[in-house]
Amino acid sequence: MADVSAPERNRTNAGPGRLLIAVYLLFAIAATSRAGLQIATKFDEAPVAYLLSALAAAIYIVAAVGLARAGAAGRRVALACCAVELAGVVGVGILSLVDPGLFPDETVWSRFGSGYGYIPLVLPVLGLLWLWRTRDDPA
Amino acid sequence: MTSAASAGSPVDGLLATASIVLSLLVAGWALVATLRHRAPDRAQFAGLAVLELALLVLGLMALLALGGGERPGEPGAFFGYLATLVCLPPLAWVLARMEPTRWGSAIVCAVCLVTPVVVVRLQQTWEVLGG
Repeated sequence: MADVSAPERNRTNAGPGRLLIAVYLLFAIAATSRAGLQIATKFDEAPVAYLLSALAAAIYIVAAVGLARAGAAGRRVALACCAVELAGVVGVGILSLVDPGLFPDETVWSRFGSGYGYIPLVLPVLGLLWLWRTRDDPA
Repeated sequence: MTSAASAGSPVDGLLATASIVLSLLVAGWALVATLRHRAPDRAQFAGLAVLELALLVLGLMALLALGGGERPGEPGAFFGYLATLVCLPPLAWVLARMEPTRWGSAIVCAVCLVTPVVVVRLQQTWEVLGG
């Protein structure tokens, strides 16, 4: 029998999930305004870094919305965002250490997000754990 | 250029320090509430309200200084941080109201830990002069 409303346990937008959404919102604001400002005022200096910041910002926004919407579609969106984020922060983190010239200016993900207290590295992991915890258990 | 007497930045003073301390106090109190499985209480909401008031006055002082001809070192970033700053306590308030559980207190704690960082960034973007 299919539940019409998701059981409390499976909601991604309540309890700890709401805290996760709040932190995602904070990062969405931080990354969006930073990228917006950089692109508006000094895009030529480091276009790759700034576009990457903008991409990260967009992903944070979509992830927050996905978690907040809950439901199956929201979960898929959040899952994709967290996965891309994790890949991004690890990939860019490694690249920025191996070849600092690639990113002449800081991005949210440079050096594994050290400029933001490594929260960009922790956040997608928490997101994935949270999605796992609230998964639909067939049992 | 006869600018920016180093007389002092409008966002660096007793009020800024007081908001940082208040924010950390609210964060600490909210953390205690989280650990005790308590929903956000009256003290947290009152703290957020006072914090918001302090931040608004801080913003007003910055605007007055602008009116007086002073200029921030990085105007774009400065106003970005200022706009973000005054939105933080209301954000915590709304989310904490939506989540009347220990996690609401955790949200208040998180936002009140971010606020001091933004205040400091605000100060840094005012006085960039040296580079």
